[in-house]
Amino acid sequence: MTQSHSIAGESHGSLRGYATGFVLSLILTAIPFSMVMSGSLSKSAAVSGIFIAAAIQVLVHLHYFLHMDRSSSQRWNLMTFVFTALVMAIFIGGSLWIMIDLHYRMMG
Amino acid sequence: MTAHAHTIDAAHAADQGPHDVQESRAFGFWLYILSDLILFSALFATFVVQMRSFAGGPTGKDLFDLGYVAGETLLLLLSSATYGLAVLAMQADRRTQVLRWLGVTFILGLGFILMEIHEFHHLIAEGNGPNRSGFLSAYFTLVGTHGTHVTFGLIWMAVLMLQVSIKGLSEPVQGRLLRLSVFWHFLDIVWIGVFSVVYLLGVMQ
Repeated sequence: MTQSHSIAGESHGSLRGYATGFVLSLILTAIPFSMVMSGSLSKSAAVSGIFIAAAIQVLVHLHYFLHMDRSSSQRWNLMTFVFTALVMAIFIGGSLWIMIDLHYRMMG
Repeated sequence: MTAHAHTIDAAHAADQGPHDVQESRAFGFWLYILSDLILFSALFATFVVQMRSFAGGPTGKDLFDLGYVAGETLLLLLSSATYGLAVLAMQADRRTQVLRWLGVTFILGLGFILMEIHEFHHLIAEGNGPNRSGFLSAYFTLVGTHGTHVTFGLIWMAVLMLQVSIKGLSEPVQGRLLRLSVFWHFLDIVWIGVFSVVYLLGVMQ
């Protein structure tokens, strides 16, 4: 794949890269929508399907649209992103843990 | 990135000067994007906590039309791809093509926003505004914040289309186009979370 390098020193993709990202995203959107709209799956299977498709699609966007990789020019972008992901996990996971536990103790 | 900036010689610095400025700005903008991601985390956490607080009102199953949401998703995804084509045209130094793809991206983004406004208007007109229940408050806050970001992205894009046509593809303009591309792709990533958590999980409640 030919990667052109811009003024910011980062690669900003190729036509093939954007096309691949677009088609993969389209598939990864169609899967969860059709799973929920057909209603044929059990609830737990559908929920896990939604989250797996979403997680893969986020990775597809990061790779093909935002061109994140492990090259040296991207190192700080990647490190700060990983740190933010950690903060988000603590934030969302912690909030849900507290609120679900509270709900259990107050109502359960 | 900055550690060896002190060690480069003057000639090298003169050569790399504007380059480094664009690189610092790109990184600074990336840090803003990450802070925005934390803001959205707070709104997602709030939504998930409130997603069953219907207060006797309608649920996601009563309110959401997945076909409509799939349409919105397609518009935003297409606009992400066409913005990529604008960046490729920028790298090939083709000004009219940059303007053409930015125009297509703008129209797709505008279509998304108009669909969202129509959806919000419909909900509020039926008496299901943000004051109806905790679920709807969290829904309007999360989806509305995303929509506001898209709206500001559109304003930014309109300004950049003017700059490209007036100033041409100068280095500062190219830097701005690249930063808007990060912003635009980031909004599409947030939308993956929105359609998965708000709409798809919402209709299964």
